[in-house]
Amino acid sequence: MSLYYLQKILYELNRDESTQKAFRQDPADVLYKYELTDEERGAIEDGDIGLLYVLGVNGQILMHYAAFLGIEWFDYLDLMRAGVDRHGPVRAGIYAMTGDGNTFTPEGADKNGENRK
Amino acid sequence: MSLVYAGVLSHAPGITGRAQLVKNVAKRDEFYAALDRQREEIEASGAEALVVIAAEHFANFFMNNMPAYCIGIGEKYSGPIEDPAWLKIEQTKVPGAPDLARRMTQEVLRTVDTAYAEEWKFDHGIMVPLHFLTPQFDLPIIPVNINCQGPPLTPLHRAWSFGEAIRRAADSVPEKIAVVGTGGISHWPATPDSGKINEAWDREFLDRLSRFDKDALLSYSDEETYRDAGQGGFEIRTYIATAAAAGGPCDVQFFTSELPIFAVSCTVARFEIEPGN
Repeated sequence: MSLYYLQKILYELNRDESTQKAFRQDPADVLYKYELTDEERGAIEDGDIGLLYVLGVNGQILMHYAAFLGIEWFDYLDLMRAGVDRHGPVRAGIYAMTGDGNTFTPEGADKNGENRK
Repeated sequence: MSLVYAGVLSHAPGITGRAQLVKNVAKRDEFYAALDRQREEIEASGAEALVVIAAEHFANFFMNNMPAYCIGIGEKYSGPIEDPAWLKIEQTKVPGAPDLARRMTQEVLRTVDTAYAEEWKFDHGIMVPLHFLTPQFDLPIIPVNINCQGPPLTPLHRAWSFGEAIRRAADSVPEKIAVVGTGGISHWPATPDSGKINEAWDREFLDRLSRFDKDALLSYSDEETYRDAGQGGFEIRTYIATAAAAGGPCDVQFFTSELPIFAVSCTVARFEIEPGN
C-alpha cells in the first residue's frame, strides 16, 4: 500500500509539463522513481480511473488526471462507478461514493444524448 | 489604504468547463450576470490588487509539506494547470503584487504563521474566479490558500483568525485591497456523486454568514461537515476567513441549487466592510 506515492506521481504529472511529456513517451520513465504495488503500477499504466478511485486517490488529483487523459466528463463519472462495482468501495481518503451510484446530474442521465458525444 | 471590497463566489471547474452541458441556460446566465456585477463592484471599488482566498486542489501543495495557510508573493503566476480544453480557459500569465504581498505577509505573520510562496500555478480554484472578475487578467493578484483538501485541516477558528490577519494587513498598507473568498459550500465533487448538494445545509450556512454569526459559523465540526456537506464542504474555511476579514454581514446576491452540472450551489455574495481593529 503506497497510496501516498501513487498520488504524488499523479500530482507531479498533473502540474508539470516535462513529466507529462516523459509519461506520454513511456510511463516507465516516470514510474520507476516511486515505490508502488503491482496493482497501483498497473492502474496508472492502464489509465484505470475506476481502480485509482477505489484505491483512494484524492478526487481532485484524479479529476485532473482524467482531464489529462482526455476523458469526457460523464465517462469519467461512469468509470468511477464502474470501479466501485468491480473492486468494491473506496478504500481510503475522503472521496468515497456516498450515493448508490446514481447520477446527480440530469444532463448525464441520457447515455446516448447530445451531451455524451 | 484599506480593504475596499470583500465578497465570495463559487469556483467549480464546471462553471467554465461544462457551460455547454447546462440544461437550465437561463439560470446559468443569471449566475454569470451576478459574477459580472461582482466584477463591476470590484472595479468600482478602485481596488489596486485582488486577494483571492482559495482552496486549491493539489496544484502546488502536497502532503510532503502541506501548509495550513500560504500567501503568494510572486511577481507573476501561470494557469490553469488543467488541460485548457477541459477547463475552457486558455493558459495565461497573471500579474502578482510582490512588494505589496510581502508587506501584507509580514503583517499577517504577527498573529498567524502563514507560509509564503514565490512560485504558484493556479488551478480552477483561482482561474475560474479570475476568468469572471478580471477577464483580461490585468489586475494584480495575491493568491492565498487555506488547505481544505488534505487532512489534518486547520480548525475553523484559526481560519477566522487568518481572515482577521488578512484584514489587518490590508488596512496596514496604502494600497486599496479587494478580497474574495472562493469555495464550495456543500458538495461532493470529483466523486460519482458530483452534482449532489445539501441545499438546506447551504442555506443555513449562508444564513449564518449573512448574519455575521461568528459562533454559529465556527460551530461546525469536521465530522459534521463531512457527513452533511461532503468533503467539498471543508472549503467553507475560505468563506469564513473572508467574513472575518470583512468584519460584517453579507448580502447573498445570487444562490441556486439548480445547476447540478456545476457540482455545487452557485453563490455570489458581498460583505459589508466594518471598521477594522
